Amino acid sequence: MSEGRARPLVAYTLRRLLGAVALLFVLSVVVFSLIYWAPGDIARNLLGNRQVTPESLAAVRRQYHLDQPFVVQYAGWLRAALHGDFGRSIRTGEPVGGLIRDRIGVTAAICGLAFVLSVVGGVAAGIACAVRRGSWLDRILVSGSVLGVSAPAFAVGLLLLYVFAVWLGWFPFYGTGDGLLDGLWHLALPALTLAIGLAAFVVKLTRAAVARELDADYVVFARSRGLGRGAVLRIVLRNAAVPIVTSLGLLLAYLFGGTVLVEVTFALPGAGALMQDAVEFKDFPVVQALTLAVGLIVTLSAVVVDVVYLLVDPRLRGRVSHR
Amino acid sequence: MSALLSVTGLSVLGPRGRLVEPVDLALDPGETVAIVGESGSGKSMTAKALTGLLPSGVRAAGTMLLGGRELDLAAGETGWRGIRGGGIALLLQDPFTSLSPVHRCGDQIGWGLTGSRRTRSARVATLLAEVGLPERVAGQYPFELSGGMRQRVALAAALAADPQVLIADEPTTALDVTTQKDVLDLIAGLQRSRDMGLILITHDLGVARSRADRILVMYAGRLVEQGSAAAVLDTPGHPYSARLLGCEPPLDRQLTRLASIAGSVPQPYDVGAACAFAPRCMLAVDACVAAAPPLVAIGPGHAAACVRTGEVLDDPVGPTVDGPRPEPVESPETGEVIGATGAVPLLRVADLTRRFHGTETPALDGVSLEVAQGESVAVVGESGSGKTTLARCVVGLEHPDSGSIELAGGADGRAQRVQIVFQDPYSALNPGLTIGTTLRETLRAAGRPAELVEGLLELVGLPAAYARRRPKALSGGERQRVAIARALAVEPDLLVLDESVSALDVSVQAQVLNLLRDLQQRLDLTLLFITHDLAVARQVSQRVYVMRAGRVVEHGPTDAVLARPQQDYTQRLLASVPSAHRTED
Repeated sequence: MSEGRARPLVAYTLRRLLGAVALLFVLSVVVFSLIYWAPGDIARNLLGNRQVTPESLAAVRRQYHLDQPFVVQYAGWLRAALHGDFGRSIRTGEPVGGLIRDRIGVTAAICGLAFVLSVVGGVAAGIACAVRRGSWLDRILVSGSVLGVSAPAFAVGLLLLYVFAVWLGWFPFYGTGDGLLDGLWHLALPALTLAIGLAAFVVKLTRAAVARELDADYVVFARSRGLGRGAVLRIVLRNAAVPIVTSLGLLLAYLFGGTVLVEVTFALPGAGALMQDAVEFKDFPVVQALTLAVGLIVTLSAVVVDVVYLLVDPRLRGRVSHR
Repeated sequence: MSALLSVTGLSVLGPRGRLVEPVDLALDPGETVAIVGESGSGKSMTAKALTGLLPSGVRAAGTMLLGGRELDLAAGETGWRGIRGGGIALLLQDPFTSLSPVHRCGDQIGWGLTGSRRTRSARVATLLAEVGLPERVAGQYPFELSGGMRQRVALAAALAADPQVLIADEPTTALDVTTQKDVLDLIAGLQRSRDMGLILITHDLGVARSRADRILVMYAGRLVEQGSAAAVLDTPGHPYSARLLGCEPPLDRQLTRLASIAGSVPQPYDVGAACAFAPRCMLAVDACVAAAPPLVAIGPGHAAACVRTGEVLDDPVGPTVDGPRPEPVESPETGEVIGATGAVPLLRVADLTRRFHGTETPALDGVSLEVAQGESVAVVGESGSGKTTLARCVVGLEHPDSGSIELAGGADGRAQRVQIVFQDPYSALNPGLTIGTTLRETLRAAGRPAELVEGLLELVGLPAAYARRRPKALSGGERQRVAIARALAVEPDLLVLDESVSALDVSVQAQVLNLLRDLQQRLDLTLLFITHDLAVARQVSQRVYVMRAGRVVEHGPTDAVLARPQQDYTQRLLASVPSAHRTED
């Protein structure tokens, strides 16, 4: 891409990033207000299961600046949060930052693995379906993906555990393993569980996108010029990539929702399981930090999707540079 | 000389029956054969069958001989390899959809080419030059080009493999009239220099007359007439050809009533062993429905499939259902034109401007216009002239940046007093609602009783039973009648018609134009016609505004403007219109 065309792209990316920062700011206000929305006295909530005495309540009020106005409280919290300090977990007393750092790796590995599995499998199956619309392969894959979309993750997880871990004994029941290969072996079933629902969605998406492009006039025109099947399919895929790539970004939000169930089902010490515990115990600092982290990932992936959209669709590029 | 391409017994079979009855076709090098017909005639199916590109579920039969190679038209993908591209190439109608939107034009032209990168890009540059485009277009995307340029890119791509035969399926229908002429000239030039055979699929008799050596007329999947262009268009041998020709609105005079053909084209598989045109034919006799009439020679190279061919030949235009031969209207003197006599203007538009976000030139650049009560005014112009933006502003669908739109009697209830009929009758009606529900909904919005539905349908010439039908069961012309009925349901003062007849076949177009003229007289309607078609403007309007690039370049009485255009642009527009009729001088 020439420099003349790259400049609007950079400007657009910067604009979108600024928008993302604004969005995260709003999110942080909402997240911070969480403790005010919960029923009961804030100081008591923050004490959790520690002993409630007038001294401990006063200490908590001091620690969280609860006697100060909301804006001051928020500013203090935000300043600390920007430095990675989200306070201490109410349940364990450990710093929240460290707690999340310990857990996020497993979650990232499951999500990453699931994403790759579902995209590779889903896109390939979707293309096969679209090219052979109405064939038995198409029908099997489409009905299979309806099943995949509608089956809840914990049920799929239990089924996979029973078949592959208990019955066949190919994979371990639980744990994260040591080293890369062992880790992959341990995380294969959880990632597959998460990937099945996702892949089903990707199949439907890809099938629809490719099928629509196959019916386009430019396909008839390309074929009329003597272009072979492979050449035509390449042209079609380049066009179908536009809707597929942009929808994949939206899947990330689904991934982080699904990982909670999967981590609990497979008893994995990930951020999803941490989230579940934290919500159960009203562990506000942990919930706040995790919500912000998920918000950050979803917002950033939305920015990435928008930029990729520009890269794959020249029409959009033209529109952006005209602004 | 032996023919370059000869096709024997080409037929097309769809899921519900024959879509094209067996047709024979021959083409010499450098020759142009036009296949003419309205929608449903099977002309596009014939073109697709000749390249093996029929949609799934539709099969072709017959044999084709191209440059000494014989091919069974029912052959699978492999049989067509080597025919497509170098043998026959197909140019499609819509340059906006026939190119991949995300690939550069140079890549698209080069797809069929072989050789190193450098030889390919040199060849692409040669091809671009051949279609009259600069080399830089190779690096551009289709969306960066105008419709005419896109069609040139498509043409370059079609020619990349040096086809012996080019099939052009309505190649200029989506283009403006001046661009249309340029592209047709270009195709003709390339055909000569390459000694290529050309099959031109078109609904436009004017294009066929000006470009084709021979013409094949198709109707409901049947070949009804063939012969030299002059023979078919000057002395048509089939009543359908004659009547179709009569429907073409003339550009040089206004007719009191346009000839039209009542009814609509039947589905090819519903016809059976009879003449498909018999139910709509004034000359039909018992013999017409007893058996399908064969093609009979009626002159050198001229044949028609009609049992009464000899009689028809006496009257080129043929009798019309609507009465005697259409008579030209007396040209009103300039002083008689309503808008100029000081009658109260119903609509007064002054200094309208509108600029769209991200565009360099404004869509409207100071447009002023007046329409008097009971008057019919046309706004003509090519795409990008701003005529549609003007219409949308008048109706209130678009807000001008500056300027004023005044409606006599105040702005109260403008939404109801001004109604619009859109171009595409297929997307203008809600497919989920019956016609009756659609009309009742509109009547309720206007506070009128729902019982008026029947009357509305009758007003636009549709049977009352249509109220129970859904849009899917209606033809394009019938849908447009419903759209007109819906607009009339609120008793508007002004009816804006935005290209309302340009998506219709010529015989149906004539019906709808006649209907609009009747309605105008019966209901004292005021019409604002937005059209790209000068002949249509000629037939329906008393005054005309010619727009270009957001400005009115010329306006006045329609007769005067079209007979003695003052501006270069108007002259150029008029000169670009191909005529289906023999020019008088």
